[in-house]
Amino acid sequence: MRRWRFLLPLAAASAWNRRATLGLTLIAIILASTLLLAVERLRHDTRASFAQSVSGADLIVGARSSPLQLVLYSVFRLGEASNNIRWASYRKIADNPAIAWTIPLSLGDSHRGYPVLGTSADYFRHFRYGFKTPLAFSVGRPFADGREGVFEAVLGADVARKLGYRNGEQIILSHGSGALTGQDHADKPFSVVGILSPTGTPVDRTVHVSLAAIEAIHLDWQGGLPLPGLAVAADQAIEYDLTPRDITAFLVGLHQRTTVFGIQRQIAGFKDEPLQAVLPGVVLDQLWQSLAFGEKLLRGLSWLILSLGLAGLLAVMLAGLGERRRELAILRALGAGLPHIATLLVLESLLLGVLGALGGLLLLTVVSTLAGPWLAENWGIVLQSLLPGSDEWLLLAAIIATCLLAGVLPAWRASRLALADGLTPRL
Amino acid sequence: MNASVPAIAIRDLEFRWPATRGCDGFSLKLPSLAVNPENSLFLHGPSGSGKSTLLNLVGGVLTPHSGCIELLGQAFSALPAARRDAFRADHIGFIFQQFNLIPYLSVLDNVVLPCRFSARRAAQAADARAAATTLLAHLDIAPDLHARPAHALSVGQQQRVAAARALIGKPEILIADEPTSALDAPRQAAFVDLLLAEARANGSALIFVSHDLRLAAHFDAVLELSA
Repeated sequence: MRRWRFLLPLAAASAWNRRATLGLTLIAIILASTLLLAVERLRHDTRASFAQSVSGADLIVGARSSPLQLVLYSVFRLGEASNNIRWASYRKIADNPAIAWTIPLSLGDSHRGYPVLGTSADYFRHFRYGFKTPLAFSVGRPFADGREGVFEAVLGADVARKLGYRNGEQIILSHGSGALTGQDHADKPFSVVGILSPTGTPVDRTVHVSLAAIEAIHLDWQGGLPLPGLAVAADQAIEYDLTPRDITAFLVGLHQRTTVFGIQRQIAGFKDEPLQAVLPGVVLDQLWQSLAFGEKLLRGLSWLILSLGLAGLLAVMLAGLGERRRELAILRALGAGLPHIATLLVLESLLLGVLGALGGLLLLTVVSTLAGPWLAENWGIVLQSLLPGSDEWLLLAAIIATCLLAGVLPAWRASRLALADGLTPRL
Repeated sequence: MNASVPAIAIRDLEFRWPATRGCDGFSLKLPSLAVNPENSLFLHGPSGSGKSTLLNLVGGVLTPHSGCIELLGQAFSALPAARRDAFRADHIGFIFQQFNLIPYLSVLDNVVLPCRFSARRAAQAADARAAATTLLAHLDIAPDLHARPAHALSVGQQQRVAAARALIGKPEILIADEPTSALDAPRQAAFVDLLLAEARANGSALIFVSHDLRLAAHFDAVLELSA
């Protein structure tokens, strides 16, 4: 009866004995695995977080420009601002009986780096994210619809957490991105009336106010600058007509999805001003398609780096065979057959593969934890989970299998040597 | 094992190394060799007389071109390679000139290694670690050395540990290839006596290869391999 199970601890002990050289190789494999996993995770999570950010809207309507620009700016606050559309146009389209609801979006201001979104109370009623999940309040309520709600703000979860805001706090909005000093709407402070539960979407990093609020803080502004000598105090502002003149875009929900292309055509042919209506899913698909080549390139490079690591492993294992001939001859004398010798070598590369893949996963987890907030903040990419998804398990298995395969050559070479050496190595 | 069946029986053995190995072709011819259970044979001959080749043949890593090797009554050289490997693990203990031990394993782990390869020897040893401890005590290895890595031992100690490893699980055949050549003269005779005593206690047949004829007197039989 032959025994095999003891070969694993033996392979491990032998590898440990050569840990200095193998360790360097292992580091290369760990780094390559991390890179492979990171590319995959970033690809997957980018798609997932983008797809989950607008799950309820059938159409996004805005001024005619590139569809991608419209979606990126209105939903993800990325890229350049698109042109505004007139309030009258919005009202006209919103009254279409096929349309169930609309959410107007007005962007442009910020609060300490977080975008300010002017919208209506319908936002809290109809907006959906993830798997058609409605927004929920962790504390407070939506801003009121009428005049009393003009200087009320609702914060996304990250805004409140990062800036340490509580319900009832007073905040000051800035004009534009807030990069320039002296561009604050300091005369019209807002009070926080509600904080949303975390969604893992750009909503978390948004300050929500009413459209009337956007109008009110710009009453005494023109062309991006405060008008000298024309300061309108907050309590006076609410007496003005605060109907918006224009908005950035609006989301559309239909009664029946089947009407989507008809409505899209109607909006494209809108007479009063050039508009476009885009299906967010389709636009995102186009985005991914245009990125596919880059992704493939990145993935190819990662595999190339892994194969460099494996080449190092091969070199180390093959070079090590010279010193190990005695060890292998001793094992032969003790009854090891050539299959034992080959298995011992393959186990070594398997061991390094498993350690490399798991080490890569561990390193990725650390890096994700550290870089996750930065990614979310700057790129709107929310890392979905620190645990590997099914794709990543497959990738890990592929990495391990590749290492295993790399061990076949040293295994073959070792059994050739063992066959030639017999019990007494010619050294 | 039936005492009438020789542990090792070789008839009309012939083995040739091809001449392509950078040196002249070499051939080993051995008309007859027999070692009975519990007997010992002293094998000597000049360098190049084919001692290593013979050991590799008896160990089953080489096969003869003609003739036959019977071990424990089995036509050993006719077995397929995997069966010869298994047979070696189960029935043969080896001691070499030097570098017998796996350097990164502890003394004790080295000694129990044959029991890992062979279920038969594991069964004969019953408790492998206890058997190893007993053997090491017989061979005068202090217990505080048992957990040391093998490379930390002196050459003499390493040879005795190698003897313990060859003896564990009571293999029927012991083959020692110049095990004393790395030892100084006074220790050589002591080592040979110890080995013979343990082999006898085990009931093993012993082939002892050496070029040092002074040791020949300790053995039951002497055979010279001529070049």
